[in-house]
Amino acid sequence: MKRLRGLFLLTLLVVILPLLFPDNYYVTVVAVSAALHAILAVGLNLLMGYAGLISLGHAAFFGIGAYTSGIVTTRFGLDPWSAMAAGMLLTGTIAFVMARPILRLKGHYLAMATLGLGIIVQIVLVQTEELTGGPDGLGGIPPLSLFGWEVDSDLRWYMLMSAVMLLVVWLALNIIDSRSGRALRALHGSEVAAEMMGIDTTVTKTGVFVVAALSASLAGSLFAHQQAFISPDSFNFFFSIELVTMVVLGGMASTFGAVFGAFVLTFLPELLVIFEDYEVMIFGAILMLMMIFLPQGLFVGLRDLLRRLLQQQRAPAPAPVVPAGEDKHDAA
Amino acid sequence: MNIRKTLATLGISALVGLSAAQAVAAGTIKIGSFLAVTGPAAFLGDPELKTLQMYIDEINTKGGVNGMQLELVHYDTGGKAKEAVGFAKRLIKKDRVDVIVGGSTSGSTLAVIPLVEKDRIPFISLAGSVKIIDPVKKWVFKVPHTDRMAAAKIFEDMKKRGIKRIALISGSGGFGKSGRSQVLALAPEQGIEVVSDESYGAKDTDMTAQLTKIRNTDAQAILCFGFGTGPAIVTKNVRQLGIELPLYQSHGVASKKFIELAGAAAEGVRLPASALLVADKLPASDPQKGLLLAYKQRFESKYGPVSTFGGHAYDGLMITVRAIERAGGTDKAKVRDEIEKTRGFIGTGGIFNMSPTDHLGLDLSAFKMLEIKHGDWTIVE
Repeated sequence: MKRLRGLFLLTLLVVILPLLFPDNYYVTVVAVSAALHAILAVGLNLLMGYAGLISLGHAAFFGIGAYTSGIVTTRFGLDPWSAMAAGMLLTGTIAFVMARPILRLKGHYLAMATLGLGIIVQIVLVQTEELTGGPDGLGGIPPLSLFGWEVDSDLRWYMLMSAVMLLVVWLALNIIDSRSGRALRALHGSEVAAEMMGIDTTVTKTGVFVVAALSASLAGSLFAHQQAFISPDSFNFFFSIELVTMVVLGGMASTFGAVFGAFVLTFLPELLVIFEDYEVMIFGAILMLMMIFLPQGLFVGLRDLLRRLLQQQRAPAPAPVVPAGEDKHDAA
Repeated sequence: MNIRKTLATLGISALVGLSAAQAVAAGTIKIGSFLAVTGPAAFLGDPELKTLQMYIDEINTKGGVNGMQLELVHYDTGGKAKEAVGFAKRLIKKDRVDVIVGGSTSGSTLAVIPLVEKDRIPFISLAGSVKIIDPVKKWVFKVPHTDRMAAAKIFEDMKKRGIKRIALISGSGGFGKSGRSQVLALAPEQGIEVVSDESYGAKDTDMTAQLTKIRNTDAQAILCFGFGTGPAIVTKNVRQLGIELPLYQSHGVASKKFIELAGAAAEGVRLPASALLVADKLPASDPQKGLLLAYKQRFESKYGPVSTFGGHAYDGLMITVRAIERAGGTDKAKVRDEIEKTRGFIGTGGIFNMSPTDHLGLDLSAFKMLEIKHGDWTIVE
């Protein structure tokens, strides 16, 4: 199972951390948001990193999932799990319908279209006050329970969120190594060439768009139940940008890169809080330095560096063996 | 001494220093706060933070509360609800504060309520929406007047002038939307008919279209609910269109900035506002006058023009401090009970009388009806 080595390592880390620090703020609180962000980033990375389709409106799907869960549980009294399924069904349908017209566009035009999608969803959330509670938000969302086991403490949320994150990572790894994953990468390389090789690019693109939307919707439902309160500004344009930053920072076309990016971008502001007024400035400077010195992404860059160092020690070094497809980080 | 030894020494001294710092911290009362110090709601959070810092310093130099020093732990939310939740968690779980005074915007306050209720920590909010305290939540209090009170105060004044039909124009932001729903809910009870219900976007620069529609109705007055530049544009447009109807604004424009923006068009505009704006024009018999002048003078000598928002932070902090004094410690349940027992506390927002069914404790007398005359506020009797 060499292919899933990274996943095992991540699982081990996730299990050990709370055993070592059961009452640490960074483990039980910050790591939970980091895991949530990781779910979103991994989904977005399938779209951006592998298929090369940029999305500046990913927060919209996150918001649709969250609001479906919130509205269906508080106003119609449905149980949270059915609500989650309803959210994914709705998000999946919207993504499927939107995919055809939107994915015909390329480059900047695609970015603009997804941006518009994000803004439209934002406006709908604010304006349909009777349903969503408008800009004041929607409260009283019930907690999740699993076989009579209520997810109400931080530690329980940690377990649930990490489990879902690991599941999503596993699914993403499997998709990438499957036939459709290879089709995605071919698509990223050249759409015309991919079509020449018999790949139905429309189906492939629509598929990955829907999968990314579904994972965002799942994250949204979890978020709604965890916070018990949601308001439109959690799903705005800036959050979409944050997600794109996570993917790019971690290293495009690398699932663990996306996870890594999500963790770095969640933990960094928490750690920089002590600088008070200079927080944002230092944060910006760190991001800039990272992109200047590790343009291929933090995770991918560090991993390649480590590999080179290891090989230099093991002389005589064979030519560096890099798994194909893992390092396609040139285009965005 | 080699490097490794130096590092070890440094590490040990750092540890010693840390534990010493913690020993000192044992005798302090930690007040947590999350405010919108930057971003679009900075006009709320900035004076709030300055007020908190100013008065906490003062209390500490006077010997603290019950012999213990106050320590302020504050974070900047940038006005974002999601950030507010993160920082509230941090305050409760990492900094382990004894009480929270903060939440500049209604959105950020409403977002942290589930958290505060679950972790049982006294929380005094500085935000406006009536939803914060209605229905009453055990651990949540607030000090600013609500939008419902503003609507009620305006209706009270309208009825005195015999106005029965009004046209409403509101902003599409959180404040305007919340105000609009309060106006629509309260109007039938007060015997007032809303004959026109218009809105404008946050970035609109011209409202003549909406006002032309309003002009063609039989409204006897116009009520505008919003804050920022929108209400000033409405005011100017009303005059430009030559509409002679009385114009009411909400407490959202209760700052000198509004008069500057609207200029001469602001003449005759009426609005409900906290007494702080007209502190020097209050009669000497007013119980709030002394405090208002003192706060105004202190704030202005240090930071420039006073606003009612900083006043809310004063009220929240002082109610907390009194409650801790009466509780004789920082036991969260006791402090909460004592906050609820606040009676006759004279603050900048009014005289607070809290109860188990009222976690605000202000009545309509806390609002003054003001009219703008010659570019300044005057009190309408």
